[in-house]
Amino acid sequence: MAKKNTFKTFLSDIPQNLFSGFVVSLIALPLGLGLALASGAPPISGIIAAIVGGIVVSLIGGSHVTITGPGNGLVVVILAAITTLGDGNMQEGFLFTLAAIVISGIIMIILGFLRMGSLGDFFPGSAIQGMLAAIGIGIFAKQIHVMFGNLNAKGSIIDLLIQIPEGIINLIKTNDLSILYAGSIGIISLLIMIFYSKIRNRYFQLIPAPMWIVVLSVGMYYYFDLVSSSAYPIDKSLLIALPDDILSNFAFPNFSKIYDADFLNAVLAITLIASIESLLSIKAVDKLDPLKRRSNVNKDIRALGLATVISGFLGGLNVVTVIARSSVNVNNKGTNRSANFFHASFLVVFILLFATELRKIPLPALAAILVYTGYKLASPENIKKVFLIGSEQLIIFSITLLTTIVTSLISGIIVGILVTFIIHIIINKNILLFIKNILKPNVLMFKEEGKYYVSVQNFSSFLNYTKLKTKLDQIPESEEAIIDFSLCDFVDHSVMENMNNYSESFTRKGGHFEVIGLDDSKPGSEHPFALRKILPRQITLKEGYLTKRQKSIQNISEEMHWKYDAFSAREMEELPSFGYFKTRKINKVSNVLSNENCTIFDVQFSEGEMIAKQVIKATMLHIHPLKPVPDFTLDREGIFEYILDFAGYTDINIEKHRDFSKRFYLAGKNEEKIRNFFTNELILFFESNKQYHIEASQNGLLVIGHERLSSVKEMKALAYFGMGLQKTI
Amino acid sequence: MKKFDKLLIGIAFSPNLKSNIFEAVRLANMFDAELVGVHVGTKSDEKKTALKALLSEANPLKKPFKAIWKEGNPVNVNVILETTISEKIDLLILGAIQKENLFKYYVGSIARKITRKAPCSVLLLIKPSIVRVACKHIVVNGLQEERTEETIKTAFTVSNFLQCNKITIVEEVSQTELHVKVNDDKSLRKANIAKERLSTREDQRVKHILETINNKNITVKTQSIFGKRGYSIGHYAKVKRADLLIMNAPNKLGFFDRIFPHDIEYILSELPTDVLIVK
Repeated sequence: MAKKNTFKTFLSDIPQNLFSGFVVSLIALPLGLGLALASGAPPISGIIAAIVGGIVVSLIGGSHVTITGPGNGLVVVILAAITTLGDGNMQEGFLFTLAAIVISGIIMIILGFLRMGSLGDFFPGSAIQGMLAAIGIGIFAKQIHVMFGNLNAKGSIIDLLIQIPEGIINLIKTNDLSILYAGSIGIISLLIMIFYSKIRNRYFQLIPAPMWIVVLSVGMYYYFDLVSSSAYPIDKSLLIALPDDILSNFAFPNFSKIYDADFLNAVLAITLIASIESLLSIKAVDKLDPLKRRSNVNKDIRALGLATVISGFLGGLNVVTVIARSSVNVNNKGTNRSANFFHASFLVVFILLFATELRKIPLPALAAILVYTGYKLASPENIKKVFLIGSEQLIIFSITLLTTIVTSLISGIIVGILVTFIIHIIINKNILLFIKNILKPNVLMFKEEGKYYVSVQNFSSFLNYTKLKTKLDQIPESEEAIIDFSLCDFVDHSVMENMNNYSESFTRKGGHFEVIGLDDSKPGSEHPFALRKILPRQITLKEGYLTKRQKSIQNISEEMHWKYDAFSAREMEELPSFGYFKTRKINKVSNVLSNENCTIFDVQFSEGEMIAKQVIKATMLHIHPLKPVPDFTLDREGIFEYILDFAGYTDINIEKHRDFSKRFYLAGKNEEKIRNFFTNELILFFESNKQYHIEASQNGLLVIGHERLSSVKEMKALAYFGMGLQKTI
Repeated sequence: MKKFDKLLIGIAFSPNLKSNIFEAVRLANMFDAELVGVHVGTKSDEKKTALKALLSEANPLKKPFKAIWKEGNPVNVNVILETTISEKIDLLILGAIQKENLFKYYVGSIARKITRKAPCSVLLLIKPSIVRVACKHIVVNGLQEERTEETIKTAFTVSNFLQCNKITIVEEVSQTELHVKVNDDKSLRKANIAKERLSTREDQRVKHILETINNKNITVKTQSIFGKRGYSIGHYAKVKRADLLIMNAPNKLGFFDRIFPHDIEYILSELPTDVLIVK
């Protein structure tokens, strides 16, 4: 029954997916051509990748709204592979590269079967950002010259960047009408890309910016062809070259260099970038999915691998999951995999019907699209974002970026990983913390009272994040999860960012995800993703950046009209009078939430001394009642954890309330007074509410839930319990 | 059900000696057992008087104390092991130290060696103390293994002796037992159903064991945790701040088990709390 229904929805969704597939294909066409050109490959190879990818992945993939095709990241790698493998001969180099693409596809299939999708988590966030920015700069540096109509700019990325001013001057001074026209088209195209989003016109926005560029430049050709008397001014060398017979003219990979070191290098680089780009995109697109589904990453990787193999044999580029096109798909209400399929089908139609028109597109127009893409990857905003997280992230980012530009992608990312690790060691001034604990299973998960409780110890960084991730992935996002880092000495930026992602996806699906145990840590900066190092216990952070938990506590305090303080001297004085703290030394009271009579706070205390010393952090509620209260403790019957603090007293049974006596363990010094204190209403209140451990002394009532920090939700419950209890008394 | 009638404590004249002796005397009295102390090294009058002074300071022993002096290298574990056999010891008490730096790690490694080879049960104390620290919460493993029943029964005996009122039986379910890999929503649902089933199955098994045990005054809780076997129970004991962790003795350890530590090796390398290994 259920199956039929899903099939029905699938069918009824087809029209809207058909439409979004069409819109995506409008972008995929110019992008596919452009990316292939930028890679130094024949333009058609990009389209082949998009078509094969769209068909294969939509049929056997594991994601829902992703679009697949040639990717930005691969431009740099493929270009490098073609140049090195071909020894200057681009045509031959391309055939060798096709072989590398086929092999990398096979590796991806294997990775998928080995469930290595999680490998993507091994790369620290800032290093990946740096690598992507380097790719962006690479694309930008190369394509900006093409955009100015100069196809002959050569040299390293840095050389190319230095040549930019010269390129502009050359364009202005040029006598060659063809270059002048081509360069102007390039610049106009770039302006279209930049200002497209600023023009909020419904009809204008119907066609995506890259397609406008195609339409306008083809339109210009027809203007010269049909209306104007002068000939089309742009030289044929500056126009796109498509094979005459697209259907029969497939390039075939050349496997003769398969044992070369260069070849192997190319395969590695292609596989690395293809998997990272795909994994990042799949993760990002899952966040956009209107139906909140979870993609099967490993299945998707296998499908992408197979698509890459087929595409390679047909003379196409790698197939990866691409974020920009996927987001367009979601924006145009694509809901299932058929959109990807339709996008491929429309590309087939375009290429068959409009091959003649496509041949009229000037290269600078396509280059402009790429210049814009490259800029987006390496935009100053991205750098600023990284810097906000912390200056150490900027160091990681910059070193990765520079190494990637100067050497190659693989050495860039390796250096990025190393630098991140070294910086973590420097921040902690402790290398043993990492070496001793890296292989240990540091995550414990169990379900308690319907909540998932996850405790992480030692350290949590990109090095061992997969362990945490596999546990977290097992929690349905509609449930409540508490992640406790209080046993952790160090949490890095990659983990913090991922925690934030989890928190978002839990909120989206109606669950609750909360990170606790970081309030005592010293963050690298104000940013919520900043890495955090847990401070030595004695030092109190006077001023600091508030964690997310502290901020939410502040929010509730406003909601309930309670007062929020970071610290409280009064509690420090009064707490020791409670039996619970007789044997425990209070170090710190923080995150204090109070109204006139009730106070909720986190308390940090220690048990034992020297080597037996244990530092415990817990959330408690302190009620200051208006009338005097006899000393007593109240517990759920059977929980003897705290009883020893009041050793010597026995359970006081209240005759009238057998059920209460059965469920609660009540003990105290003055039986008479306690019996008078426990009025019928009070007993009813205790019976009908969640059971806490309660202790009373001359300073009021102390209510303890668990002997650990509470999540914000639990704090709220505690607050309401406190107010209710206060009223009843 | 194990009963500990004869306890052995290794005596090393270290700063920890006093607390070790006090702890051992207390345990011997609680278990109503005989206490044997063994010192490996040269016997001297100085040491003898020091030991006597300590014993007189501690609570009086119910049964006479027996001191054994043996020549040899103090770090050689064989002497202690031999004594456990010759004296028919039931429980060997070791004052291990919570791992903090390399030196202590070394001390820990002796404890590990002894634990591996000892023919009797071993109690590792991470925080021997002169004044009694009450034991309030015992965590015991509920692995699916022959020895588990015995271990759980022993845990109840021990908790009676120590006047501990709370026992948590932890069933560790390893990831591989799930047979479902979480990929997407569908497999997640499947995995959770499988988990529930495993949890109930484990609970059922433990319940079965509990039926034969008198547990009147003790709060018993069962908890399934999902994680690496051996390691997670230590982590759990740490999170719940248990006072004593009771584990099965390991199966015969092969060469590979030393290189790729598992189960009990994890606990031993990172003692989360006092650990009793039942053999």
